[in-house]
Amino acid sequence: MTLPLQDPQLAVEAEGQPSTRSGFFRTVLRERKAAVVGLSIIGFFVLLSIVAPYISPYSITQQTCAVYAPPSGAHWLGCDDGGIDMLSELMQGGRISLVVGFAATLVAMIIGGGVGILSGYFGRWIDIGLMRITDYLLVIPDLVLMIVIADVWGASLFHVIMVIGILEWTSTARIIRAQVMSLRERVYVKRTRALGASNARIIWKHILPQVGPLLIANTVLTIAIAIYLETALAFLGLEDPTVTTWGTILENAFQRTAISSGAWWAIVPAGFVIAAVIVGCFLFGQAVEDALNPRLKAANLSVHRWRLRPLVGRGPDAI
Amino acid sequence: MSLLEVSGLNVWFDLPQRSHHGGGQVHAANGVSFALDAGERFGLVGESGCGKTTTILALMGLLPPNASLAGEVRVNGRNILAGGEDSVRAHRWTDIAMVFQGAMNALNPVKKIGWQIAEPMAFHGIAHGAAARRRAGELLEMVGIPAAAGERYPHEFSGGMRQRASIAMALACDPKILLADEPTTALDVMVQAQILDLLTRLSDELGLALVLVTHDLPVVAQVCERAAVMYAGEIVESGPMEELYHSPRHPYTRLLFAATPDLYGEDDVVSIPGTPPRLDRELAGCPFRPRCDSAFAPCMDERPVLLPVGAGHEAACHLTRQPAGEHQ
Amino acid sequence: MSEAPLLQVDNLVTHYPVRRSLTGRLAREPRLQVHAVDGVSFSLARGEMLALVGESGCGKTSTAQTILRMVNSTAGTIRLNGTDITRLSQPQMRPLRRKLQMIYQDPYESLDPRFRVQDAVAEPMLVHGIGRSRAERRDLVISALERAGLAPAEQFLERYPHELSGGQRQRVTIAAALVLGPDLLLADEPVSMLDVSVRAGVLSLLDGLRRDGDMGILMITHDLSTAAHFADRIAVMYLGRIVEQGPARDVVRNPQHPYTRALLSVVPHRDPRQRSTPQILQGETPNPVDVPPGCRFHPRCPIAEDRCRREDPVLRPPAAAAAAGHEAACLLA
Repeated sequence: MTLPLQDPQLAVEAEGQPSTRSGFFRTVLRERKAAVVGLSIIGFFVLLSIVAPYISPYSITQQTCAVYAPPSGAHWLGCDDGGIDMLSELMQGGRISLVVGFAATLVAMIIGGGVGILSGYFGRWIDIGLMRITDYLLVIPDLVLMIVIADVWGASLFHVIMVIGILEWTSTARIIRAQVMSLRERVYVKRTRALGASNARIIWKHILPQVGPLLIANTVLTIAIAIYLETALAFLGLEDPTVTTWGTILENAFQRTAISSGAWWAIVPAGFVIAAVIVGCFLFGQAVEDALNPRLKAANLSVHRWRLRPLVGRGPDAI
Repeated sequence: MSLLEVSGLNVWFDLPQRSHHGGGQVHAANGVSFALDAGERFGLVGESGCGKTTTILALMGLLPPNASLAGEVRVNGRNILAGGEDSVRAHRWTDIAMVFQGAMNALNPVKKIGWQIAEPMAFHGIAHGAAARRRAGELLEMVGIPAAAGERYPHEFSGGMRQRASIAMALACDPKILLADEPTTALDVMVQAQILDLLTRLSDELGLALVLVTHDLPVVAQVCERAAVMYAGEIVESGPMEELYHSPRHPYTRLLFAATPDLYGEDDVVSIPGTPPRLDRELAGCPFRPRCDSAFAPCMDERPVLLPVGAGHEAACHLTRQPAGEHQ
Repeated sequence: MSEAPLLQVDNLVTHYPVRRSLTGRLAREPRLQVHAVDGVSFSLARGEMLALVGESGCGKTSTAQTILRMVNSTAGTIRLNGTDITRLSQPQMRPLRRKLQMIYQDPYESLDPRFRVQDAVAEPMLVHGIGRSRAERRDLVISALERAGLAPAEQFLERYPHELSGGQRQRVTIAAALVLGPDLLLADEPVSMLDVSVRAGVLSLLDGLRRDGDMGILMITHDLSTAAHFADRIAVMYLGRIVEQGPARDVVRNPQHPYTRALLSVVPHRDPRQRSTPQILQGETPNPVDVPPGCRFHPRCPIAEDRCRREDPVLRPPAAAAAAGHEAACLLA
């Protein structure tokens, strides 16, 4: 029975705003610098990884310099304990790290998104069942389980991807479920149900597009976590040691006494790029999540105040 | 000297720089002026987006940071807006109080009703502790709720009771002026009658000046003695309720009444074609012209000004300057 | 040739169980029911508009939801064009939904913000397999938009909901309902969220549809003035029951039930000179979980007698002179 609170400001602002998904991301990028920075970082490293084999100065399988050679003109980031050029290792190692990160996240997103949508849309027993499974997995400490599984099944990249994917979908599922539950109550969804539309149609056409941006935001944040976890697993020696990833670079350096040798170039660059990608993911993911939450505009709590203009003359034609 | 005198109130909202509007402003309220005496009930009527809520928020200085304001709001002769937010705060709630739209849903769910009513008293130094709680109980009784209910939480109250509690809260610091923004819009007609009856009684018994903001014409017709009709941020007509209904001088007023069905009315109910104009652009001529059924030549370029058309009755329409029956 | 009425509802009952907390269950607290709809009977013919009027909690929306089969009834029957649809499963209901459409209250939420107007209006056709080609569906969309008063329709096809005003959005929703050629339209507060200047347009549209389109419209509203103006018949509901029903004019000018009288007396008039003496009832509508015994209105009734506490009145023609079809459920009427 209430009329919507339409103040003239909102009415004007709403005009001409695109509501397609690509329009939404364009708006986010335009209005939030953090999103641009984040996306650039991610984009830079993805690009780098793609072209790495073609532009890395040296091979990473053959020794090309002295053990723990410091950075020099020939080797910008020095060499590691096996005499392999650090820069090349970083560039090519990034490929695997990013692949693992993205692949694991894809698994997590598909499982998490699916569980969240099914749970949120159908409710009742399906919801209860799926959420109990989610709770169970949520409670298990990720790293510990991963150590156990990696130890039992062996250290391979595939195992790492599956383990990360299977454990990281839970938070996505909860977030998506919450949004789907609120979407389900929207009038246009109820209307379409009253029309006789099938559940599949409603989910595909009405729920999924609305959940999309949130899923993407959550996915990007999950990538950050996946990369971090991959690094941790590698660092703990649970990954295939013959593969070069940022994590194994760190692990090698640690194991082979890089610190006591003073070879900071074997550790810091790798740590830096991992941190950079994670920060990039967070910047972009958080910006998108913030944009999706209109209530974060806490205008009333702002320090700034409304301004007073001097009144010149009187009556409606003043000013 | 009137209790409340609003003159030349203008409110602008800045549009976000980075949006596709590229800055610019919305002129939400344009030269709004009216005056009230103690015990008077005044209606501010209009449809969504006409600026009525913006106007009364401006009276309380409750505008967002992207707003800028011009004009004067005099309470007992003193311009309370003169010093910006700091000067308004001293008068807020002690001189002017407000019952918000959806107030019943704006109560703090984790605080008892009595505490919420007593809170402004403590803040303004009127009463503290037990004295404040006692006074809160008195206010609850005044609005028709048993004082003991002050110990309960908002979710234990029905919609109508919560609205009464909001009114009690507004009266906490003994204001002389009460602004009510759509106080009964979300309520059933029976509860609405109870609340309107309460507001009328309070205005009579306490000498409160009441500004009732609503889109619901019959509500204003029953409660208020005078009213102003707003359109596109401006007052287009104001005067005694009877004059507004029986001899409206602005086509919008006439059409608005005609668009409201009456229980026993036999006339056809009309609708007004078109939509209100955007307020981020300068308008030439009369803002109502595109939708007006009596527009003629001057309406295109000349902006009409509020001119007297009767005792205490003003209208902003070029038709008023024509001799009766000689237009178009 | 006697035709079954478009819609026939008999003794419809919809109760919702109140969920008990765990402690409640352990303590074996009695299972409470919300008596949302507690024995409602009426019929609606083609070309007729019936307004279901009442305050919040009276059960008018639940009645509509039950008729629409979005909610399962507890008892009673619903007949659409003579077919009993009360116990049909959702798959069985699907083909019948072409004949039964609903318009919702909130025009700002009724349309998927990502769907263009043409997609929104075409969707019902896709769901029910109407229209063999995109071109054919487009034509049907255009004609539905024009019937709903949005002309020239081509201009609206590509627009998104946020580009339209409230009145226009509501018309799009109506067009989406019309495109299937329904017989019965349920309108839940179709104009209460629209500006006053726009309401008459949408209501006249509905009015025209039932006359020319030979449709039946069940309009739910809390606004007695609107009901009096546009509906043929009014049914006043209180706590899950119809307490008075009859021709709109007669119910409004010659009310027989004390609740109707009180309700009509508090409706404000737009003429400031017409200040009626409002008969303001005390308190608020009781909780539908706790229905009073006897006549459910007796605790608030200004003329209640002793027998009203014990006897539950049925809808019957009043003792006083009234128009044909005018009934009231009051022991004293």
